[in-house]
Amino acid sequence: METDFTPIASLLGGGLIGLSAIVLLAAHGRIAGISGIVSRILPPNVDKAGLPQGIVFLIGLLLAAPLWILITGATPAQVVSSNGPLLVIAGILVGFGSVMGNGCTSGHGVCGISRGSTRSIAATMTFMATAFVTVFVLRHVVGG
Amino acid sequence: MRIFSTLIAGLLFGTGLILSGMANPAKVQNFLDLFGTWEPSLAFVMGGAIMVTMPGFWLVQKRATPFFHDVFHLPTRTDFDARLVVGAATFGIGWGLGGFCPGPALTSIPLAASGTLIFVPAMLVGVMIAKSIAVPVLKSKTV
Repeated sequence: METDFTPIASLLGGGLIGLSAIVLLAAHGRIAGISGIVSRILPPNVDKAGLPQGIVFLIGLLLAAPLWILITGATPAQVVSSNGPLLVIAGILVGFGSVMGNGCTSGHGVCGISRGSTRSIAATMTFMATAFVTVFVLRHVVGG
Repeated sequence: MRIFSTLIAGLLFGTGLILSGMANPAKVQNFLDLFGTWEPSLAFVMGGAIMVTMPGFWLVQKRATPFFHDVFHLPTRTDFDARLVVGAATFGIGWGLGGFCPGPALTSIPLAASGTLIFVPAMLVGVMIAKSIAVPVLKSKTV
């Protein structure tokens, strides 16, 4: 299904994500990596010292959509697959892979690249590559 | 102020994901679909984020310490290992399949699409599996 090209909104939205990363680093000395934040507050070995901050960050994240609807009066456009088994597999791979690889789109893709980390650049190129191949297979081989 | 700054960071992050379109899996998958309905918005999200983060991080790190903490927790490793590459590759496959990565998936919970409510618990299970099984196993191998 096609989506509209939104360069300005995407650039500004990206800027807000960057601003969030700066706030987190400036205030708490932490990298805004969502998989890292989630991983630290889940068992086993919960990071008790970081638990309150992690939970508050997630509350902020969860408040974004309701506030967006309240202020703009519009529900954010979203098309999510309804293929249950596919989403279960996708979810497990995303959770598992981001912990194994020490980061996801935010930690490696935004913060890591901004710091010039070679590990993050390698990780980002790797997950972009497998994601491109996966969507190709999903849409043009299996679903084509 | 300490807690409030974290709340604002979360709110900014979620709002950025919504405004940019990254909270829409269809848009993410279209970026990844070079030979189909390709749509380049996602490159602008990443570009916008890095254009702000890069100079921001540089400025912040001129300080000796963060405002509300005694030390910067920055990754220091520079080596490559199989775990980084295999983990990132696995993550990319899941990201392509569902169009969701962790931030957008969590941000989407209040929108309550049935797919999101399936994806998120599976993702949390994936995180816990990696933490409980794979990470200790790999660590014990390297010792």
